[in-house]
Amino acid sequence: MASDGKHGGAGRWRQWFRRASYCAEELYFGRYRSTIARARRDEEDLFMLLVYSEMMGVPNPASYYTMELQPLLLERFHDWHRRMGMERSPLDHFRCC
Amino acid sequence: MDYVPTNKFIIWGHHFTSVAGAAPIIGPAIAVIWGWGPAFAWVILGTIFFAGVHDAGAIWASVRHKARSIGAVTGDVIGPRARSLFMIVIFLVLLMVNAVFAVAISGLLVNNPSAVVPAWGAIIVALIIGQMIYRFRINLLAVSIIGVVALYALIGIGPSVPVELPESVLGLPANSQWIVLLFLYAAIASLLPVWVLLQPRDYINGLQLFIGLGLVYAAILLSNPSIVAPAFNSDVPAGTPSLIPLLFVTIACGAISGFHGLVSSGTTSKQISNEKDVRFVGYFGAVGEGCLALAAILATTAGFATLGEWREIYGAFGDGGVNAFVTGGANIVAAGTGLSEAIAVTLLTVMAVLFAGTTMDTGVRLQRYIMQEWGTIYNLPILKSVPISTAIAVGACLALAFGAGGVDGTGGMLLWPLFGTTNQLLAGLTLLVMTVIIVRLGRSMWFTLIPLSFLLFMTTLALLVQLKTFYDAGNWFLFSLDILILVAAVMVLLEAVGVLRKHLRNAAATP
Repeated sequence: MASDGKHGGAGRWRQWFRRASYCAEELYFGRYRSTIARARRDEEDLFMLLVYSEMMGVPNPASYYTMELQPLLLERFHDWHRRMGMERSPLDHFRCC
Repeated sequence: MDYVPTNKFIIWGHHFTSVAGAAPIIGPAIAVIWGWGPAFAWVILGTIFFAGVHDAGAIWASVRHKARSIGAVTGDVIGPRARSLFMIVIFLVLLMVNAVFAVAISGLLVNNPSAVVPAWGAIIVALIIGQMIYRFRINLLAVSIIGVVALYALIGIGPSVPVELPESVLGLPANSQWIVLLFLYAAIASLLPVWVLLQPRDYINGLQLFIGLGLVYAAILLSNPSIVAPAFNSDVPAGTPSLIPLLFVTIACGAISGFHGLVSSGTTSKQISNEKDVRFVGYFGAVGEGCLALAAILATTAGFATLGEWREIYGAFGDGGVNAFVTGGANIVAAGTGLSEAIAVTLLTVMAVLFAGTTMDTGVRLQRYIMQEWGTIYNLPILKSVPISTAIAVGACLALAFGAGGVDGTGGMLLWPLFGTTNQLLAGLTLLVMTVIIVRLGRSMWFTLIPLSFLLFMTTLALLVQLKTFYDAGNWFLFSLDILILVAAVMVLLEAVGVLRKHLRNAAATP
């Protein structure tokens, strides 16, 4: 019984800690969630432009490195060109939709 | 990305900490010069019948329009001219709030040198917290405790390391030096990514708001002080303007504030998961701010030993203000909690400085956004540049702070009633949008139309009274500013009459 009470107490503490952490995180991140997500997306858009710039005729001194990243970013390419206002892929030899 | 449905208690926490700041402290602390009765009545009635309706209504109007900002909703509901007017009034409010808060903070730091280290140290605490959370991924609860303990440790050591600026540097007295430093800081802060400084600073401020408010009310309950100020002050100092209409613009935040509409429709409405939560979040947000205003009234009327001491502090209109809140509040906190007088003064000063400082960070950033938007609308590439738009925003605020009160930077609080007037105009525009939506829905419009009419009448009257004061004093800078706001007020009034007539006619014509 005593051991149950101990566990119950610890459990309550853990639950309280989880709830308090959740409230603190929501209070910290909630108001700025969209601002930070937007800033992150802007950063990603610039990064995508760097990675795919060579394919659009813009010289890229780091193409040796960025070429390796292209297959990894393929899944994000479609969302990116649509965000940039291009309904279809801008690259003739690189179609995604 | 923008819409994140959230628990209503959490949204209330966000909303309350966003709307409550230094303004519900400064306004009531000035307005008690007419006695505690009028300020008390206006805060209570204003919170219930004006601020609650306005804040909850602004969230509701935004939620009904895809959670867009109240400026955008104004464009949809009334028209592009009203939207432009909205932008101009917002810009004026931001301009004045930044100038007035810089003047208020500088006065506090000059009068209470013990608060300099904790007030500026709080910025370093916020910077470290931001890094701990984003770079080192430390548990937020642990970081919050570390942050609060660090802040209160700084408050504890503040009285041992008072900092005073030199009496004069390049002809600028200490007040002016602080104002320049504050704007330099605000410009840098507004250029940093939000996660670096603004977000952790806002968070620590929010915690400080709950702790500070709790501490002040606990101290009031424990020490049970007597109110020494008169309920109605029949012996106001010479030069004090008439209670009607000035009371209603001196206390804006704490009774009704247009600034809340920006928060309500900017971030709060995008987190609402159910329209039923609107009343809880909006109304209780206003009630929370009303509680802060009441704490300021209690501190400035019950925090002094005798009526003579109170009259000495309130020797002229604008003399009491935030310094009276700090002195009176510190007396109550010291008596109620047993803290030393020096620590209590430092605590209250830091509380007021942090509230005002965070508003300045955000205010300068918002002004820069408006400048950049004007650059896009009017095709002026120079305004789109971040450093230039920031420099113009800060330069305009500096010009206002010094233009209103001279280079010694001590008279800038003269701007306070003008700030209140512009803030009420903004509230009037939001109430107008709500009234039009209600008329279109065919529901009773009196709940918003009465506060709208009252605000427009009082603000216009206050502007006329102040116009005569500035004319008599030969203060042409404030005279011109008053005329500018008066023009905006008349335009809001005409817009209101025109739009309501049109919609009422349409409603009557519809079978």
